[in-house]
Order: sequence, then structure tokens, then C-alpha cells
Amino acid sequence: MKLEVVELNTDILIIGGGAAGCFSALTVSKNSERKVIIAEKANIQRSGCLAAGVNALNAYITEDETVDSYVDYVKKESENIIREDLTYTIGERLNSVTEKIEQLGLPILKDENGKYVTRGKRSIKINGENIKPILASSVGECKNVTTLNQVNICDYIVEGENIIGAYGFSVLENKMYVIYAKATICATGGASGIYKPNNPGFSRHKMWYSPFNTGAGYAMGIRAGAEMTSFEMRFIALRCKDTIAPTGTVAQGLKAEQVNAKDEDYVSSYGKPTTINRLHSTIEENAKGNGPCFIKTKGISKEVENQLFRAYLNMAPSQTLKWIESGKHPSEENIEVEGTEPYIVGGHTGSGYWIDIDRKTTLKGLYAVGDVAGGSPKKYVTGCFAEGEIAAESALEYIKDKNISQLGQDEVEKIRNGLEAYLREEKEASPYEIKDIEEAMQKVMDQYAGGISTQYGYNEERLDIALEKLEELTELSEKLKANDMHELLFIRELLDRLIVSKVLIYHLKARKETRWEVYQKNLSYRKRDDENYLNYINTVYSDGDVSVIKRDLVRKGEHYEH
Amino acid sequence: MSIEIIKDKCVGCNKCLGVCPGSLIYKDDDKKMKIKYKEDCWGCTACLKACKFGAIKYYLGADIGGSGGHLYTKDEGDYLNWYITDKNGKETVIVIDKEESNKY
Repeated sequence: MKLEVVELNTDILIIGGGAAGCFSALTVSKNSERKVIIAEKANIQRSGCLAAGVNALNAYITEDETVDSYVDYVKKESENIIREDLTYTIGERLNSVTEKIEQLGLPILKDENGKYVTRGKRSIKINGENIKPILASSVGECKNVTTLNQVNICDYIVEGENIIGAYGFSVLENKMYVIYAKATICATGGASGIYKPNNPGFSRHKMWYSPFNTGAGYAMGIRAGAEMTSFEMRFIALRCKDTIAPTGTVAQGLKAEQVNAKDEDYVSSYGKPTTINRLHSTIEENAKGNGPCFIKTKGISKEVENQLFRAYLNMAPSQTLKWIESGKHPSEENIEVEGTEPYIVGGHTGSGYWIDIDRKTTLKGLYAVGDVAGGSPKKYVTGCFAEGEIAAESALEYIKDKNISQLGQDEVEKIRNGLEAYLREEKEASPYEIKDIEEAMQKVMDQYAGGISTQYGYNEERLDIALEKLEELTELSEKLKANDMHELLFIRELLDRLIVSKVLIYHLKARKETRWEVYQKNLSYRKRDDENYLNYINTVYSDGDVSVIKRDLVRKGEHYEH
Repeated sequence: MSIEIIKDKCVGCNKCLGVCPGSLIYKDDDKKMKIKYKEDCWGCTACLKACKFGAIKYYLGADIGGSGGHLYTKDEGDYLNWYITDKNGKETVIVIDKEESNKY
């Protein structure tokens, strides 16, 4: 199979048209007439984390709170491992980006005085079912923005120290895209599908995070030598069993308590009800034989129940379907909860590119925003908007005196040959299917790198075994063959997750302590060690080797510069 | 987690194909739509909402408690109607005002 080459030039290339990517494009458009290309592997209408909708905006500075109190909260919940400079600059913009998305058409609940109705200190109530189409149609109105849907970017184009664009391929047609840009903004989201999921069978993609966020942005950066931070700070969500629907709506929205099988409220005996503790206490109760655990909804009124049906339809319709289909309604039965498999994300926890305050990565000309950007946990949707805005403003400055650089034809040919190698008929066919190797990778990570089956714990010996097995699987994956462009996408997604897994293990090995229960449960070093590990674990990849760099914390009032 | 496209109702308009966040929907040889990778569905319901003909049903796999029920949606401009059928075939309709925020 031959690929047709499409070469394009633009001022700013945005990789990924989710929340952060769309907001970057809108910001460029508002401030200039510079040309933007959004390359999106699906379609920006519903792509990214917000496909089904979102229940609330969980990063907002409410009346009695301040930017400082937001930073303090994130710092405390993250056991101090945050970039205070990044988190502060997000905090400064949380409310203005909220106003912007409201102006674009997002319904936000207001009281009789016109003030937003809050759901806790940092959260406001919305109807977020339509949030992604709202963003997409606003992007569609920007004359200087071209959206390439169903174009999967798979690697950056590197010239010396500079990123001069990226290349990829169409998921539908036999086309390869080479896109040259004066600046590139990576907004691909984080990584799911690394660990064996809760539902490994037919419903294997019924998971917390988008199953289509496969760590492409991380993998591209790793391969190009970008510095990455805090992969070991994995995210694991506490969710409704089976449907993996959110629990915050009932836990925070209704203030319903978590109870074990004996109907005992257990969270408080493990400390304050932080995000981690709600999860940690549940895992521990199960281990003690006190499970399953539930969120206590039994006894809520029919009116409240009806509101729950509606709230879930607006973000996780499978849960409402389950209640109604089974006839077991939440007013009559408590909701069973479970921990998910681990994910690597920068929006809830802090895994991602090591960036400066302008969201510049360590590679010149490359920015990172949203879930793919590290150092600032709990940024959520509005934090992703804020970062999209910051990067777009900085990129506009950066490109002022920049020209487009292009590759020679022989180099473009080389890239084409590389991609066609997966498609060539004559390539020796592997007896393995793409999905087999994906499953094998997830099993290795589950059993040897702290997945659900080991209650998230791992030790040094297990991690070494995982590394060895990942190498074998990577070799096998290189021999895979694609019958069409969609299968080529599957192969690239698998290779991306394998390299992200490898780097993740180096991070897990490097933090010889247990800083976050569940997220990073190092059974070889069970205690927290502030003397040696009150710092960031960063990595840089080069020719198959991963080097670890420990960096000092960036504290209040300090600004990190590359 | 997955969807089923009812061939009799599908007019092959491509609307669902355009919104799937996993690009999982393709046009079949008979010009009707089909989900090519059933097990890859996230369950976001974007395709249901895009379908004007109620041709897409959403159901829970048996591995996550599915017991024969399903749902589909109908977009009525300012309102989104959800038609949910339980395991005994009884239908519940929930009408959601798109401007109305969640209470919880």
C-alpha cells in the first residue's frame, strides 16, 4: 500500500482538538489572524475527554476563595509535589475562562442574584452535556483555523534543537500528512489503556478516561527527547462499579457517605476525606474483608433520584441506563464503588511534559497544554482552558520573527517509508494480533507495575520484570502489520503506550518512598521520605535509555525557567 | 459497552460517523452505517445524539450488568429526549432541557 504525501504549512499547529486544543485555537484567533491547523485524530465535535459531557466545573475560585487558596489546596492534596508557578498561573485565569465558555453558550447554574451556584469550594454547577459541540462550533467560526479531522499525528519533525512541525496520517484514506509550523502546541491528552482495565472483556473501553487518549503526546515527546515529569504520580479514580461513572455527583453533590458491607462509614478512620483518602480507604476496607463498599444513597427521595438520573444522563448515561434497566434504583440500593486501573494524566494528577510558565517544553518551538502538561494537578477542564490560553499567547510572541522550516524530499521519503513499512504486503506477517499484544502489555503492567490485581502495590523486583517483558512486547509490536489505516493507528497507539509504560516504570523505580497511597504504592519503600524525595522525578529518553533527573521543588513566588 | 445501528432505520447520512470520538463507525457495503469495532466503544452516546432517525441503540454489555435494556435519544432543539427501555420492555422517557444545569 502506498501513501500519498500531503505537505502543509501553518503558523501554529495544534495537535489534538479537545478542551485545551480548542481553547488554544480560539485564543490565537481572538488575538491575531495567524494561521492555525488543528490536527485531530477523530472529530473535534466530540473528541477528547468531554465526549459524553461533564457534570461540573471543578476548578473555579468561588467567592470566599483566592488563587492562593487554590494553590494551597492543590499542593496539600498532592503531598507538595506540584509546580506552584504553573498552578498559580492557572488559578489566575480560572474565572475568566469560565466566563468565556459561558459566553460561548455553556449553561451555568445561577442563584436569584445572578451568582454561580457552587458545589463545594472550587466547583460550580453546569449542564455540560453539550460542552464539546459548543467549543467545536466556536472553533468552526474562526476563519484562520483549519481543522483536519481524522488525521492522527504520530511524531514531531525535529531539526537540530527545534520542533518544526509534525507528521501523521489519515485514519480513513491512504494519506500521510507532513505539517510544518512555526510553533506547535501539543494538546493530545494523557494515557489510558496502559493497565488492565476494570472490565477487561466486551466492555474493555468502559473506563474513566477516554480510551482514545493513548499517550501519543507523551510518546512523541519522549521519542524526541523532551523532559517529562511525575509519571509516577498515577491517577486512579473511585467510580461506580461496572459503569465506571463518576462518584462526585453523589459523594459531593448529595454529601452521601461511603459505607462498607457492614454499613459502617469508614472514610473518616483513614483521615480527611481527600480525593486520595476516599479511594485508599475503599481499597483497604476491601483488603480487610469489609467490602464491597458503597455510596449510601438508600433512602434519598424520588425527587432527588430523578435529579440523579438527569445529572448522569448529562455526563455518564450508562449509569442511568443501569439503574432503570435493572429496576434497582439509587433510592432503594446503595451504589457500589471500586477503584479504576491507573492512568497517566496531567489534569487530575501531575504527569506530563516539564514546561516553563509559558507552557514551553524543553524542545524549542513546542508547547504542552492540558492533560499532557505536567506539574499542575487538579486543573480539570477550566485549567486546561487556562493553559490553552497561556500557550497560545506565548506562541504568538514566539513566532513573530520565525520562518517556516521544511524537510528535504529525501527526508520526507524516509518518513513515508517508515509508515509504509507497517502497511507493506511483503512484510513478514506476525502471528499475533494487535489486540493480543495490547492485552499482554496491560497484563504485565497490572501484575508487575501496580495494577488492580495487586491492589496497586509494586516492588523493585516486579518493576524489573515488567521492564524486561515490555522490551519483548515492543519487539513483537514492531513486526505487526496493518491491513488498513485504522489498523495502522492501532499499531501506533500500542507503540506509544509501550514507550509511555517504560518511562513510567523508570519514574516508579526512582521514587524510593511511598508518597501517595494507591497512586504510587511502593511496597519496597512503604514510608514517605521527605528528606530525599521532596522533589520532582523527571526523565529524558535517548536511544532506548531513560535517564532520571531529580529537580528541586518550585515553591510559592518562584518561577522556573528552562 | 456498545451501540447497535438498526439497519431499517438508518438512512446512511454519515452524521454518526462524523462524531464518534474513536472513529469507530464506518459505512457498510449497503450504504448503511455500521460500528466496525464494537468493543472499542467508550459509551459516550455522541452518535445517538447526532442521529435524527433514532437508529442507534445504546446498551450495556452483559459483563457490566446489561440485562436486555437499551436507550436511544431524540434531539428536539431546546430539549434532548432520552428513551430508556428496561429489561421487561417498559419505556421511561426523560426530557432534558439543554439550558437547565445539574442540581448535584
